[in-house]
Amino acid sequence: MTTATRTPAPPRPGAAVAGPTLARLTAVELRKLADTRAGRWLLITIGLIAAVIVVVQLFVLDAPDQTFTAFFTPSLLPVGLLLPVLGILSITGEWSQRSALTTFALVPRRERVIVAKLAAVVLAALASVLVSLAVAAVGTLAAGATGGAGAWVFDWQLLPHAAVFQVANVLMGAGFGLLLLNTPLAIVAYLLLPTVWSLLSAMISALREPARWLDTSLTMEPLLGAEMTGGQWGRLGVSLAVWVLLPLAAGLVRTMRREVS
Amino acid sequence: MIEVDQLTKRYGPHTAVEDVTFRCEPGSVTGFLGPNGAGKSTTMRMICGMTPPTSGGATVGGRPYRQLPNPGREIGVLLDASAQHAGRTGRETLTLAARTMGVDRGRVAAALDQVGLNDTAARRRVGAYSLGMRQRLGLALALLGDPRVLILDEPANGLDPEGIFWMRGLLRDFADRGGTVLLSSHLLREVEAVADRLVVIGGGRVVAQGGKDELLAGAGTLVRARDAHALRLTLERAALPATAGTDGGFVVRAEPGEVGQAAADAGLVLTELRPAGSGGLEQLFLTLTAGASTKEAVR
Repeated sequence: MTTATRTPAPPRPGAAVAGPTLARLTAVELRKLADTRAGRWLLITIGLIAAVIVVVQLFVLDAPDQTFTAFFTPSLLPVGLLLPVLGILSITGEWSQRSALTTFALVPRRERVIVAKLAAVVLAALASVLVSLAVAAVGTLAAGATGGAGAWVFDWQLLPHAAVFQVANVLMGAGFGLLLLNTPLAIVAYLLLPTVWSLLSAMISALREPARWLDTSLTMEPLLGAEMTGGQWGRLGVSLAVWVLLPLAAGLVRTMRREVS
Repeated sequence: MIEVDQLTKRYGPHTAVEDVTFRCEPGSVTGFLGPNGAGKSTTMRMICGMTPPTSGGATVGGRPYRQLPNPGREIGVLLDASAQHAGRTGRETLTLAARTMGVDRGRVAAALDQVGLNDTAARRRVGAYSLGMRQRLGLALALLGDPRVLILDEPANGLDPEGIFWMRGLLRDFADRGGTVLLSSHLLREVEAVADRLVVIGGGRVVAQGGKDELLAGAGTLVRARDAHALRLTLERAALPATAGTDGGFVVRAEPGEVGQAAADAGLVLTELRPAGSGGLEQLFLTLTAGASTKEAVR
């Protein structure tokens, strides 16, 4: 095509160009989780670590104890440790790699980008539960084949609990990322703060009662079992409000106001 | 169309941009000129909603940037070519943008082709790109949504001479088809060849703006004599404001006739006497640069 054949296009009314829907933005953010080498390896590691746990269980558990639940529950813990890193990276990566400049140029309503990112990591957390189920199923089959019990014992209450557990983990990471907007700082803070909190509450008796409501390592523990009392849900809710909702809200305000350069 | 209205940005006691006002019309290329640290990038970031202004405002196509539902389809933005995720390939970077904007996936290949990034380059990770390749990728990103307006911050940085020539052609063509282009540079020569209008900024303020020809015409007189020292004394005596060039000549803010008369009265032999043209604008630019860099050193 030559210059002569091109004619100036008529001015387009701005309203005719619709903005991206949240679903489309979420799909883009999901793609961003996996389209870099670092992101891909993080996802692969999460899958591998769940598999490794199952293999270890095959060797250490007594034959009668090798049930589906015995494979499923332990795989949640290491995955739950890595999911927050995924949550952190999805937020802070934009700032450390400075791709926020492009992202917000295309979607200037920043809150939409953040909501899409949160939706993407929540979907990833739910997918991780499916991975845990899958490797547990493979483990159960292997146990049956190698002389273990291989019993398909599973309390269905465990499934929603596991989902809440992983979603809370990933959102806590995202909250720290959103608040601190810096990868190393967010990861260190995420790993250190709860530990410091646990140490302090173990040393100082006055902190022991608040810790039952605020220490997420205590409040989230019942989620790994099938039974949870109303009191346990209450304490979980309070601790998540403090460690997830608060950082998310403050981080959203910070991201909205921050200068992108 | 871009309208910038009394934009001001202060960081504490430091004023980065003060009362900047200008317009960019469809069908024209506006060169946004200024030394490093003059406030070009800050102004452009404010236009694109990246930096909240202290006061004033800017609209693109009649609306503030942040109110545009899908800005990529109306405005192509390149604020910093290095601001890309180093771990993504060039093609992936464009694909993400294409999906966000909702443009056809075929546009990705077309945009890559338009900026001269071949298949091998598109498959490589951006971290391995040279600055010139990043600029090309940034331009592809800006052109992806088939916009009416382009806002480009130092797009020629890192491009080789051939690349700069190519980019000029691309921007000229874009404007000739009715597009609006705002591009910044700290090199006068770079924008002189393509811009229709110039906005010169120094120390956060607009120091000159207008049509390129009109700005270049009003730039004074260049004079050179065999005896440069005597010429300086003569100009001083005649109270003609003059600045010494780097090559023994002087740029005088007066008509050539006046300067010639003063030289004739003093019996000086002139070797050159002509309207300064771009040399005068360059002089203005150099004074700005000198001022700005001392300020930067003090800061």
